Formats: sequence, structure tokens, C-alpha cells
Amino acid sequence: MNNNTSEMKNQLLRMSGVNPGKCMKCGKCSATCPAYDSMEYHPHQFVSMVQDGNIEPLLKSESLYQCLSCFACVDRCPRGVEPAKLIEAVRLMAVRKQGGNRLSAEKVSQIADDTIPQQALVSAYRKYSK
Amino acid sequence: MKVAYFPGCTLKNKAKTLDIYARECAKVLGIELEEIKDWQCCGGVFTSASDEIATKLSSVRALKAAREYDNILVTVCSACHNVIKQTNHAVKTDETFRTRVNNYMAEDDYNGETNAIHYLELLRDTIGFDKIKECVKKPLEGKKIAPYYGCMLLRPNSVMAMDDPENPTIMEDLIKALGATPVVYPMRNECCGGYVVMENESLAKEKSEAVTKSAMSFGADVIVTACPLCKYNLEKNGTDVPVVYLTELLAEAFGIKEE
Repeated sequence: MNNNTSEMKNQLLRMSGVNPGKCMKCGKCSATCPAYDSMEYHPHQFVSMVQDGNIEPLLKSESLYQCLSCFACVDRCPRGVEPAKLIEAVRLMAVRKQGGNRLSAEKVSQIADDTIPQQALVSAYRKYSK
Repeated sequence: MKVAYFPGCTLKNKAKTLDIYARECAKVLGIELEEIKDWQCCGGVFTSASDEIATKLSSVRALKAAREYDNILVTVCSACHNVIKQTNHAVKTDETFRTRVNNYMAEDDYNGETNAIHYLELLRDTIGFDKIKECVKKPLEGKKIAPYYGCMLLRPNSVMAMDDPENPTIMEDLIKALGATPVVYPMRNECCGGYVVMENESLAKEKSEAVTKSAMSFGADVIVTACPLCKYNLEKNGTDVPVVYLTELLAEAFGIKEE
């Protein structure tokens, strides 16, 4: 692991408070994930890839934007690893960068219909843009 | 009895009935929900990263304002409750976070003194389902009602601690108190797709359909929720049964809302 990768990994662990070393690779997080079929990298892979310093592919992955933040993986992990918090940290690392915003005002106006609740808009902005 | 109340942005717009009947039903039960001053939108979802400060300030300010009301802050929107309660937990348990948010607070610091409770907890723990039963004027007899918890009322359980996250009973018990029959179905605590409807509509559709199909296959006549986004997703993606807010159900049983 080079210095840059090591720094990125430390930053992710600091932001999320997650210790991926606690993972026993049972796969329950991915088994219970409602977004599993839409993901290229699944919750258990986020845990192992961050642990291994294999972070670049995660930063570029569409999987970041499929996580529903439903916390099923957090509550059902037998080791208390809390994968959703790690996914959130990687997503923030991606969207916080200049030009990293996923959701633009133009896109919102295309998607939003008259019945969409404000909650959907503010939540999407909070997850997809900074 | 007066308690501090945080309505939330959606309850002032698309989910007005969730707000209005929450207040009216509380009055019937002898409680006045008093809107705290100058509240701001909670942001809809909690950001778990500990270095996110600005996005949590509105929650901290709301919690601080509730100190004037015996340290209780009531919310009825599942999302607002989740964000505010998780923020409160962070203030209480993370010293660095506490220091950083207090840099933005006027006068004295906020240290997590307030107890953030959901409207359902007000009904169960402060008022009691027995008293609610006594206030029912039009029992919802014969109705089979499927409570939909979704994710935000229950998770993360270590913080939300409202009920058993895998086998909750709080809404079922309320439904019984109102004279109806609760429908227990497998998908009641699974996600509707949430904000991902803005990013991947087909994923949200698939998730919502799984919930409504599960409720209907167990015989539900109606699905009840406390979350405007759950209601939107379930309705948008096709359901044969109505999806209503829990406060509408309560108002109907109290005889203050027409069926």
C-alpha cells in the first residue's frame, strides 16, 4: 500500500468509525442488502476492499449511488462492522471533490413530478451532492 | 401538557395530513404539540460520517430549543425522527463532534440533554394505548391494517431503540387499540427504495412492489406509514390498497376525520 492509498484508507476509517478488520467474511451484509442486484461491488466487498487498500475502483463505482442507507447491513452484521457507514464514507470522498456532484438541479427538475415529497429532494441532495 | 414539536419540511407541504392530524389527535389526548421556533429542515437523511458538521446543525438547534419543554422533542415524520435522534446520539457520545457543533451554537452549549421521541412513542409511553382505546369513538372494526415500518423508524436499533427491529409491535398494538386487526407480513421492516428513486427508479419500484405485494398477500386492506417518502414510493409504484399516514388512522378512529 503506497502512502496515498494508506492515507485514503485512514481517512475512510476515521470518517466512518468502521474497523473492517472485525469482519469475519460471512457475507450477511450482502445477503440482506436490498440493493444487492444493482451493485457491482457489494457491501462485503466494500469492507474487504477498503481493508486491502483497493479504494480507487470503489470511488469510481456506480455502486456508491445504489446504497439505500437503510442500515439493514448495520443492524444485521453479527460482528458490528457497520458496512453502510463505510459505503457512506467512500461516497462522500467521491462527491466532496470539486466536480464530484452526482445530482444537479437540472436533473432534479427532470425527475421530480408534482407529487414528489420535499423529503426525497433534500435526501437525494444530501446523499449525492455536496 | 405541552411538548416541543418538530414538524419537518414535507409536513408543511406534501404531507400536511400527517402534521394536522398529529396535532388534532394529540389534543384529544390532552397534549399540545407546540412547534419550536425557527426550526429548519433536518436534511431528510442522516449522514453517518463523523466529520459532517453543517448538515447536522439544524437537528442540534432543534434539540437545544426543546430544552425549554422538559427536554422532550417529538417528531412524527420517520425521517426527521431518525436524523434528529442519530444526531443527538452523536452529540452525546462523540466529544469531538460535540465541540465542533457547539462552535455554531449561540450562548450555552448543547450536550445531548433532550430526549428525541417519535409520535408513536408519545402514544405508547407517555399516553398509553389503554387511554387511546378509551378515546376511540369509531372503532376501525373489521379492517385489516398492515403497518409499514420501513427502515428509518427502527434502524440503527442501537440508537433508535424504539422496538424490536426485527419483530416490532408498536404499530400493531396501536392498530389493536383502534379496534382494527394488524396484518403481520414479512416485508414490513424492509426499505421502500427511499431517495434512490431520484437515481435509479427501477430499483425503487422493485423494492416498493415487494412491500405492497407482501402486505396484500397477507390480506391487508390498507397500509399505514409515518414516512412521506415511503408513502410516495409505495403509491407511485402501484398498490391495490390505500397507503395512509398513521395519524389519519388515529383521526378516523377518534371521529375527527371522515373515512
